[in-house]
Amino acid sequence: MSDSHRKTALHDACLAAGAKMAPFAGWSLPLHFGSQIAEHRAVRAAAGLFDVSHMAVFDVDGPGALPLLRRVLAGDAARLTNEGQALYTLMLNESAGIIDDLLAYRHGDGYRLVANAANRQAVGGWLKDQRRSAVTVTERDLAMLALQGPKALALFEDVHGAGADRLKPFHAMALGDWMVARTGYTGEAGLEIILPNADAPGLWSCLIAAGAAPAGLGARDTLRLEAGLKLHGQDMGADTTPLEAGLQWTVHRQPEERPFIGREALAAQAAEGAGNRIFGLLLQGRGVLRGGQRVFTAAGEGVITSGIFSPTLGYSIAFARLPSNAAGAMEVLIRGKRQQARLVRPPFVRGGRPAFQELN
Amino acid sequence: MSNTPDDLRYASTHEWARLDDDGIVVGISDYAQDALGDVVYVELPEVGQEVQAGEEIAVVESVKAASDIYAPVGGVVEAVNEALDDGPETVNQDPYGNGWFFRIAPNDESQLEELLNAEAYAEQCAAEQE
Repeated sequence: MSDSHRKTALHDACLAAGAKMAPFAGWSLPLHFGSQIAEHRAVRAAAGLFDVSHMAVFDVDGPGALPLLRRVLAGDAARLTNEGQALYTLMLNESAGIIDDLLAYRHGDGYRLVANAANRQAVGGWLKDQRRSAVTVTERDLAMLALQGPKALALFEDVHGAGADRLKPFHAMALGDWMVARTGYTGEAGLEIILPNADAPGLWSCLIAAGAAPAGLGARDTLRLEAGLKLHGQDMGADTTPLEAGLQWTVHRQPEERPFIGREALAAQAAEGAGNRIFGLLLQGRGVLRGGQRVFTAAGEGVITSGIFSPTLGYSIAFARLPSNAAGAMEVLIRGKRQQARLVRPPFVRGGRPAFQELN
Repeated sequence: MSNTPDDLRYASTHEWARLDDDGIVVGISDYAQDALGDVVYVELPEVGQEVQAGEEIAVVESVKAASDIYAPVGGVVEAVNEALDDGPETVNQDPYGNGWFFRIAPNDESQLEELLNAEAYAEQCAAEQE
């Protein structure tokens, strides 16, 4: 592993837990700790612990913070009325392309944004370009742990007794200078804890000692895909609109007088209809759907944007960008052979069980 | 450090080969299974299939990628490990034992000598890791 990759505050703790490291968005991060599938199952059945310190954290403060966020986010930050309240939202460019998907929290007198590591520069640059007076944008150097799974809340409560198990989904609380949020990227209940780098190894050890299984980026990817959660850079990007990504539900069109960036382009596309959009696919034959594979439908050709072997279902699932009117039988080209796949409506898995709906 | 038993021969494409009474048994090395991550499917050749040394005759799909498996020697496929259909994780758990892929009746046993010995193969793996 090259030294040019940034190390998180949990680098040594991860190595001590047997991590196989891999480069990701300029960071050295744990890919797995022995078996990606075992880690995936631990999160579905009990609790897993992820080092997600590579995520980019920006604090946006000052009287101009809310006006800035109401313009640069497709979701309305004015709806964040209570301390700690969170919103999953999108940052769009003028053509309604998705610069990033992120979480916005009400945080103290201002706001906190948690963005994808790969989009640190794009998000930070956009915030600075778009800001007017009376707003400060500060990128924070903090650690972040994700404790996820049906036993995650009880496990954290056993260790800290702070009442975090009573947090509602998409709400955060302060615990000293930690932020403990009921958010995640696995489809399970769980917490994300943003804390000073110096505190991270201690919390990691306590949670592992209490029974959380260390889990890596590999399991994070299979968990999010089973849960029907899209990944920026694969299932969406700066050339994809919320309509095409199936994320229009995150866009707040009310109030109509809020002029957020991308609004007009999005309205124009909504009026004429998007040419393609993201669908769920599953393959019950042998083989694994993977990003880049070609998909053939009666309505035209498309492409797999991300695909995995689903440990919960025991076969392969994927997101694919297909013509919007795709329906009926379709085939995926896997290693030179066309195989039948089925169109479904994600999520693929909820509560550890199949949850997809058949389309057609 | 991965395990490379001395009594096996290795292909540079990470298959191992062992001569036993019934032919040449082939699987993938400990280094290969570790690099692939959890194996989820193995597509095996047909019993009776004639194969050339270096021919792609099987596929292993892991959580990470699909990889071709090459015949380390030429001959006829005499047996395949059907237990891998239901238990592909055996490749990770026991790569040199129950995780074997197929057995070939070789045309020429001496082809085995053209493969790497354990020391040379371990050196290749160490170089790949850098």
